[in-house]
Amino acid sequence: MTSRRLDAGGRGIDRARRIGFTFEGRALSGSEGDTLASALLANGVDVVSASPILGRPRGVFSAGVEEPCAFVEVTAPRFEPILPATAVRLVDGLVAVGRPGVGQLPADDAGAPAADHRHLHVETIVIGAGIAGLRAAVSAAREGDRVLLVDERHWLGGTASASDDVDGTAAPAWIAAAAAELAAAPEARVLTEATALGIYDDGYVVVYERSTPIARVWHVRAARVVVAAGAHERPIAFADDDRPGTMLASSARLYADRFGVLTGTRAVVFTTNHSGHDGALALADAGLEIAAIIDVGNGGPASDRARARGIDVRNGWAVTGTEGDPRVSAVHAAGPGGVADTFDADLLLVAGGWNPAVQLWRGINGGLRYDEARACFLPDGTGPRWLEIVGAAAGEGLPTVTPFWFTPAEDLTRHFVDLQRDSTVADVLDAVSRDLRSTEHVKRQTYIGTAIDQGRTSGVLTAAIVNQAWGAGPGAQGPTNARPPYTPVPYSVLAGRDRGPTLLDPVRTTPIHRWHVAHGATFENVGQWKRPWYFPGGPAEDLHTAVARECLAVRQAAGVMDASTLGKIELTGPDVATFLDRIYTNRMSTLAVGSIRYGLMLGLDGMVFDDGVAMRLADDRYLITTTTGGAAKVMDHVEEWLQTEWPDLRVYATSVTEQWATLAVNGPKARAVLAALGTDIDLEAAAFPFMAWRDGEVAGMAARVARVSFSGELAYEINVPGHYALAMWEAVIDAGAPLGLTPYGTEAMHVLRAEKGYVIVGQDTDGTVTPHDLGMSWIVRKDDSDFIGKRSLRRPDTVRPDRKQLVGLLPADRDRWIPEGAQLVALSDAGATPPVPMLGFVTSSYRSPILERTFALAMVKGGRDRIGTTIVAATTDGPIEVEVTAPIFHDTEGTRRDG
Amino acid sequence: MLLIPCPWCGPRDEIEFRYGGQAHVAYPADPSALTDAEWADYLFMRDNPKGDWSERWMHAAGCRRWFNAVRSTVTHEIRGAYRIGEEPPP
Repeated sequence: MTSRRLDAGGRGIDRARRIGFTFEGRALSGSEGDTLASALLANGVDVVSASPILGRPRGVFSAGVEEPCAFVEVTAPRFEPILPATAVRLVDGLVAVGRPGVGQLPADDAGAPAADHRHLHVETIVIGAGIAGLRAAVSAAREGDRVLLVDERHWLGGTASASDDVDGTAAPAWIAAAAAELAAAPEARVLTEATALGIYDDGYVVVYERSTPIARVWHVRAARVVVAAGAHERPIAFADDDRPGTMLASSARLYADRFGVLTGTRAVVFTTNHSGHDGALALADAGLEIAAIIDVGNGGPASDRARARGIDVRNGWAVTGTEGDPRVSAVHAAGPGGVADTFDADLLLVAGGWNPAVQLWRGINGGLRYDEARACFLPDGTGPRWLEIVGAAAGEGLPTVTPFWFTPAEDLTRHFVDLQRDSTVADVLDAVSRDLRSTEHVKRQTYIGTAIDQGRTSGVLTAAIVNQAWGAGPGAQGPTNARPPYTPVPYSVLAGRDRGPTLLDPVRTTPIHRWHVAHGATFENVGQWKRPWYFPGGPAEDLHTAVARECLAVRQAAGVMDASTLGKIELTGPDVATFLDRIYTNRMSTLAVGSIRYGLMLGLDGMVFDDGVAMRLADDRYLITTTTGGAAKVMDHVEEWLQTEWPDLRVYATSVTEQWATLAVNGPKARAVLAALGTDIDLEAAAFPFMAWRDGEVAGMAARVARVSFSGELAYEINVPGHYALAMWEAVIDAGAPLGLTPYGTEAMHVLRAEKGYVIVGQDTDGTVTPHDLGMSWIVRKDDSDFIGKRSLRRPDTVRPDRKQLVGLLPADRDRWIPEGAQLVALSDAGATPPVPMLGFVTSSYRSPILERTFALAMVKGGRDRIGTTIVAATTDGPIEVEVTAPIFHDTEGTRRDG
Repeated sequence: MLLIPCPWCGPRDEIEFRYGGQAHVAYPADPSALTDAEWADYLFMRDNPKGDWSERWMHAAGCRRWFNAVRSTVTHEIRGAYRIGEEPPP
């Protein structure tokens, strides 16, 4: 391993500041300002990684994000599974190993990089801080704009060379002056190591900044977006064009100019345009021996200049292949009339032309056109009015190119086109021979452009080969679209702080939650809510035992459930009764103050949308409840209709879900529990009938008690302001204990309601179910007045007799439990070879302690006519014969609700 | 992400809004008088133009008001937003 660092030069590094790092277990050192790639090259590392499919040795091919070869895993200071070494800033203690183009994530996400998210509003964002970008940023700052300038590299000035002249000034001095002016501008901000991942509608740009200890994602809204992303040099395909020591010509020039690294000692330059000659001369000045310039063009001033320097220039020649193990040691070339030559060289510099970096421009529908002279796709000026593109990305300063895509040969299987996919010219032509014409299809056959670099070096080349193979013009088809992110970004960075059990999604708990936790409840998630699922009686009690105990307590004594998560909306105003009649299928306007009515809401399509009860609090005031998961959508629904269709109705809706806590006391001893709590409310059935509410004092607290039952048992739902909920709960537990009261969770609640055939919207319904399908025609009013969804109940589809209808199921084997979701088929189809017609599916299925058997609810085609027949649930454990029944299993006369 | 000019709150990020589909599809005065085809037309059929159209938005994480906007389905550019009951911008 020899040092390839020159003794002097390298304006981008600070030689005095040594940076220690480790590559493949070897301790190496570089300088402040290096990239990992420049430091590896300086240390004479020829092979960085193996190619992903063929395992061929690969070295550094470029000096930026277009890199298709030199991929590494970085384990320190911050884990990154896969990065091009050309885009990694060298920092002290960096540890990296080569990776064959495929990253591996650790088993846990402890090492996933964190990120903060910031928001910024500017008049102008400039993407790319090369000469064009700096110019645009300075100009905008002078206009008084708030300006954000971002660049993915850790320096300003992009790929400009020290010898470049900018407005009559040497590039380094011009760049320093521009940077100083921006630093002094009060409203300008410059971010390096900051990649614009994508440009979105209305000037929204997402930037990933890596220069800070914790990465940042910037959400930028800009009135004007200027793309100054530069251009990437592209290779030419020839035999063994992937051999280490083969490199883009402009990259070698950048390594010499910026990092003081000569990437070889004796080079062949293979070029289609004068930038190759210019690069060769600049590198010769830096001390590189130029064995030959292989120029596919017919000669011109650039060739003449090189010859004048004594360089062997072969016009009309092309490189045919390389030799070396692993690094290039010889380059073969051929010229007109079949002449051939071999050059001793350890470096092969390729200058195939330039691809403007139009990915971000294209991603927000900026248009492209093919430019014949420069043999590339350029912005055509169409696109969002706030979007601009400048500099090399817009074609500015790009040389005229003699189009040349690959060197013809008998064997094209080592002419690599996409080095990161090990895809060759032969692969492209094979795809064409299968009649694939679109580059999008060729991409999917060859995988070209699907790798990390999204085809930066291979896309235009592939399109040209496809166009040529089909005899179409060179611009007939462009490369496939690259999509955001511009370069890869870890998901953890996009997630930012919104990770983990509490920040990914809000967690909602009731005011009684800490009692549930203290008493060992097992929780289930219902939307964002944590609800007690069941209360294990001890460490040994499992779900089934606990639920059976809780169910029997409610059926035989009493239970209390925290029903605070039910959605609650208070509606007030002179027209509230009219409004409720329009959104419920039954009449709410006839409800007396002090009474409660169950109601169904439908969507416009006639399908069940939500259910709950309405309490009339006053002539102009109702409190309605919704399902736990439906609270927000019902509020939206109410607001939408009030604002958009019936703004004439004077109704105001307020969500009070969290203001009220609800304790549901159910069971034959519920009245005794209330009495034991102490209340001034007359609890006798005659004075306080089913579906009535009363305000009063319970256990010394102001409460609203509602006789609503979701178990079929005598029930009192005690509503108190949230702050009183825990005190009331503890009072209920204490007062009920001598009566056998037990707390119960959602699982027991599900079993109890299913025994009574009460549906749960969203479990027994799925948005395709009408009230008639549920056997709930009784709740659909028959008069002439309209309600939302009414007209749809007469549509031909909703009156079909073979619609799925809610039924009960009793397995022939009383112990056999049917999985929810199980498909139902005819008895005659049991065991038949699929496919067999499906009759329906199971929506709810439980073991009932009171029935001492399993049972289920199901939606079955023409189900009500099948009551009394036997059908079959098809399960992975074999068929289960079930009897179809009415969807009610317990207390069919409804005698238990008054206790 | 769109920048949506709420007529009550000013320009805000799209994430604050709920989309409401085509605007000016009024609930029929008497649905029961409609044929099945007319009702189905109201219920299911919406325009799908290439170019400007009026659509509904609700500022869900802001003022919670519904309003209408004219947006190009080609470029996503919003030409203007207007309150319920107002006329679309010319």
